Amino acid sequence: MDLLAHLPALQVVIPMLSAPLIVMLQPRGLAWAGATAAALVSFSIAVALTLAVLDGQTLQYAMGGWPAPYGIALSVDTFSAIILLVITGACTAALLAAKPSIDQQIELERQPLFYAAWLLVLSGLVGIVVSADAFNIFVFMEISSLASYILIAGGPDRRALPAVFKYLMMGTIGATFYLIGVGLIYMMTGTLNLADIQDRLGDVTDINPVLVAAGFITIGLALKAAVFPLHVWVPNAYTHAPHMVTVFLAACATKVALYVLIRFDYMVFQATLEDHEVQFALFAMPLSILGILIASAVAMFEGHLKRRLASSSIAQIGYILLGVSFVSMAGLSASAMHMFNHALAKGGLFLAVACLAYQYRDLRLDQLGGAAARMPWTCAAFVVCGLSLIGVPGTAGFISKWLLITAALESGPWGGALVAIILVSSLMAVVYVWRIVEALYFQAPVEGEGPTSEAPIQMLLVTGFVALLNIYFGLFPQVPLELANSAAALLLEGSQ
Amino acid sequence: MTPETTILVAIGLPIVGALAISLAGRIGPNIREAATAITSVSLIWVVWGLIPTLMEGGRPSIEVSEVMPGLSIAFTVEPLGMLFAALASGLWLINSIYSVGYMRGNKEKNQTRFFVCFALALSATVGVAFAGNLFTLFLCYELLTLSTYPLVAHKGDAATIRSARIYLGVLLSTSIGLFLPAIIWTYTVAGTGDFTTGGILAGKLNDPEIGLLLALFVFGIGKAAVMPMHKWLPAAMVAPTPVSALLHAVAVVKSGVFAITKIIIYIFGIEYLFESPSSGWLLYVAAFTIIVASLVAMRQTNIKRLLAYSTIAQLSYVVMASAILKPLAEVGAALHMVAHAFGKITLFFAAGAIYVASKKTEIHQLRGIGRRMPWTMAAFTIGALSMIGVPPTAGFVSKWYILAGAFEANNLVAVFTIIVSTLLNAAYFLPILYIVWFEHEKEGDKEHGEAPFLAVLALTLTAILTLAFFLFNGPVIELASQVVKGLS
Amino acid sequence: MKLLELLGYFNYWVFAIILTVGLYAVISKTNLIKKLIGLSIFQSAVFLMYITMDKVEGGTAPIIQSGVEDQIFSNPVPQVLILTAIVVGVSTLALGLAMVVRIKECYGTIEENEILDAD
Repeated sequence: MDLLAHLPALQVVIPMLSAPLIVMLQPRGLAWAGATAAALVSFSIAVALTLAVLDGQTLQYAMGGWPAPYGIALSVDTFSAIILLVITGACTAALLAAKPSIDQQIELERQPLFYAAWLLVLSGLVGIVVSADAFNIFVFMEISSLASYILIAGGPDRRALPAVFKYLMMGTIGATFYLIGVGLIYMMTGTLNLADIQDRLGDVTDINPVLVAAGFITIGLALKAAVFPLHVWVPNAYTHAPHMVTVFLAACATKVALYVLIRFDYMVFQATLEDHEVQFALFAMPLSILGILIASAVAMFEGHLKRRLASSSIAQIGYILLGVSFVSMAGLSASAMHMFNHALAKGGLFLAVACLAYQYRDLRLDQLGGAAARMPWTCAAFVVCGLSLIGVPGTAGFISKWLLITAALESGPWGGALVAIILVSSLMAVVYVWRIVEALYFQAPVEGEGPTSEAPIQMLLVTGFVALLNIYFGLFPQVPLELANSAAALLLEGSQ
Repeated sequence: MTPETTILVAIGLPIVGALAISLAGRIGPNIREAATAITSVSLIWVVWGLIPTLMEGGRPSIEVSEVMPGLSIAFTVEPLGMLFAALASGLWLINSIYSVGYMRGNKEKNQTRFFVCFALALSATVGVAFAGNLFTLFLCYELLTLSTYPLVAHKGDAATIRSARIYLGVLLSTSIGLFLPAIIWTYTVAGTGDFTTGGILAGKLNDPEIGLLLALFVFGIGKAAVMPMHKWLPAAMVAPTPVSALLHAVAVVKSGVFAITKIIIYIFGIEYLFESPSSGWLLYVAAFTIIVASLVAMRQTNIKRLLAYSTIAQLSYVVMASAILKPLAEVGAALHMVAHAFGKITLFFAAGAIYVASKKTEIHQLRGIGRRMPWTMAAFTIGALSMIGVPPTAGFVSKWYILAGAFEANNLVAVFTIIVSTLLNAAYFLPILYIVWFEHEKEGDKEHGEAPFLAVLALTLTAILTLAFFLFNGPVIELASQVVKGLS
Repeated sequence: MKLLELLGYFNYWVFAIILTVGLYAVISKTNLIKKLIGLSIFQSAVFLMYITMDKVEGGTAPIIQSGVEDQIFSNPVPQVLILTAIVVGVSTLALGLAMVVRIKECYGTIEENEILDAD
């Protein structure tokens, strides 16, 4: 067997094994290097996997050589590939930039453990994505969640602790709901393998437990994915986490839960339950619309930079879910594309925020006056990523907005109204992004406060690179677009 | 260099120039100004070098990236865009000369940012001019908005920020809220957004819808300042005068009317629109804007605000001329873009020169200023006469063509509007000329002479252009006629 | 008959009741320790559900003995699954308690409303 065949397993195993190893690395300063190396390897594996599935095939892998119904199965297709790229890319970018910021926020003695937890989050998240087994998804979900609680609480901000506690409560409830759903399905079908479940659900005579299971799974995952109104844990957790952790988690954590939600609802339930797609649309569409509008409105009035962006994340989750709720080729590829593009935009924004935070202790908008004069590169990168978040043409964000609007137009008689909602919320995004830009560029600096220099070059380089990627993928989106289209086709095929 | 690559060079050159300017800004202001000058001269050389190809009937075209199937970033040079690009690049050079005089004379801060953003705005303008399809047009249109925002907000105080917010707010919300849906609608209906002679929508839409789509386009292109989307233009007057002169009299606003004209000619097709009764409203809205903006202009006391409202009215001339939907009137629209540019940039230059020399901004302060600043005020007079349309100025030529088109179409509304607005223009420009030349200064006014030499040089040049256009307009008309060749 | 049928699902009723009790505690209590206790009860209910569904009437532990044929086994898979889930639950609880300790150190209280007031 060549190396390629083992890549799905290595994707999970490498970060997981690196985690304990870097705890033992001496001297402690090496922990960062070790973690970054592991992340880079993960990213390369993700790229290799993407190239391997680009032609539309699905890679199957049986752990330990045990075939699927008995052993643990992994599978990678184009949909997983997009998410893998997002996760490993965000993780690598954050780690590459992280050192100065982490050194500032976390004592050296605790750093090896911190980086170990970081790698566990990575391994958990990629584990969720490559698993083809409903129960393993639960286990990986908990690995990543438990480790991410540690990351968020690891910083110097004490307000992170109650935030994490809330996150822990809601996250555990979400995961347990999912577990109940999986249990009910196992009860009715006797299998945990996603493909087998799909095969056997059709033969189940008493459909009621399956319906209950669908409800539990959808709600549980929606909680993890911070779908409005189950998002209350997000703003505080993102705001008070160490800045680099916010970069990593904001770019990919909720999207992974959404990924599982989409997988389950399309591949498992829509294929077998009558009218499930209608019920799913009825569930998802109103929530996503409310989420988009309300979270954008909230973001317009938040005074804290990170909290404002966190609120915007909830609205963006709404966009992704809206595309999914159309149950159409165009809608799904818009959503998959938006997962990719939003990770680019929001990751870049939070990287720029981390740069600002390196110099500014207080990230409330009224404290950030005149930052552009002192940190021109950081602020320029912020503007570019902000434009991408708004969806200005020429940036990555525009591509997914365009796809989403075309999908909405095709979606039926309400298409026009949906387009109006998307456009209104884009205008709200202009407001909440531009308020920040005004503060950075035109507001008078607070007396006696503020930095004298830019953020460290290491952080600047990564931030600038991500900002450029936002432009690059706005002009040349062919590769992610191909992946997204193929993923959408795959999901729809599964639901037929 | 093939014409195809020339297009990319023309768009990329100001961006490279912007980089050079920002680097040169660290060395010293003289090097920086040299970088601006070199960039603008080479831009003229590149852009004007395309004219012979166009005259021979060539339509160079290049695709940069196919973003999505059917949706590509592509540039095509056609006569209307050529005219616009040549105009913008030519006036940029004169404006740069003026800017140096103005910015130094006023001791403005952040001059490097100013010149960098100016170069970027020019790149976007050339992009708008050469856009080969709706998507590319939209892309460059938005870039133009964003790159001019720092210029409007240049002063940086609270009132300026507020005005800049109106500027950005109106332009972005109209473009995202109306222009973008119109584009998406067009792509869904026609399957393409390429600018094609004769239009791409013929027979694809029914009657009430076509009027609606036209409305989305016209009001979505906020830069054209068709009422009620005109609020940003007076707000933008907080910008330094060179910005008002080149951008808010030429590049930005002309991008708006240019886009509308181009969409009417190449997306709808004038014959198709002519046969659709539901598109008739555009003429009335434009006429309304002309009359009302002229009336509002009469009540202004601030020179720049008066010029802003006059600009709103003059822009709607172009829109109205396109809306007449006759080839002769389309030529008039193209000519008016040029003629108004010469006249209005002269007027703004003069207003800025007055401000630099004497810090005066209000009309009633101008008593007898003609004797202190004879060159400036002579140029101002020429510009004002061109706005009214008096021969021998540029404004006369374009009005002539628009009128001819209106008569050809038997469009009495247009004829009437042109006559009334000419009277109104005279009613608000002539009193200024009277104050300037024939009244006497108040006692105790500050002693001052002419503005800095570079500023006076620039405005003299544009005044000469305004006069020269009356006599030597042959090449422009020839180019403009190419637009409608084979149409009727 | 109807009643008997309902009673026949006795173990599922217990599951549902315990689940609700746990969830109620999580939502209604302000003391963080009590919240965690509620969470544990909530999770335990799910463990019970898994255990109860693998029971086969008359079945024994799934150990293959030589010479014994036609033996009925209980389904071992849910038990294995729930072992894993118990580990996850214990880790969550431990982490939650650790957070409570840190909160007590930083805020001097573990009452939710007092913590909110402190910031």
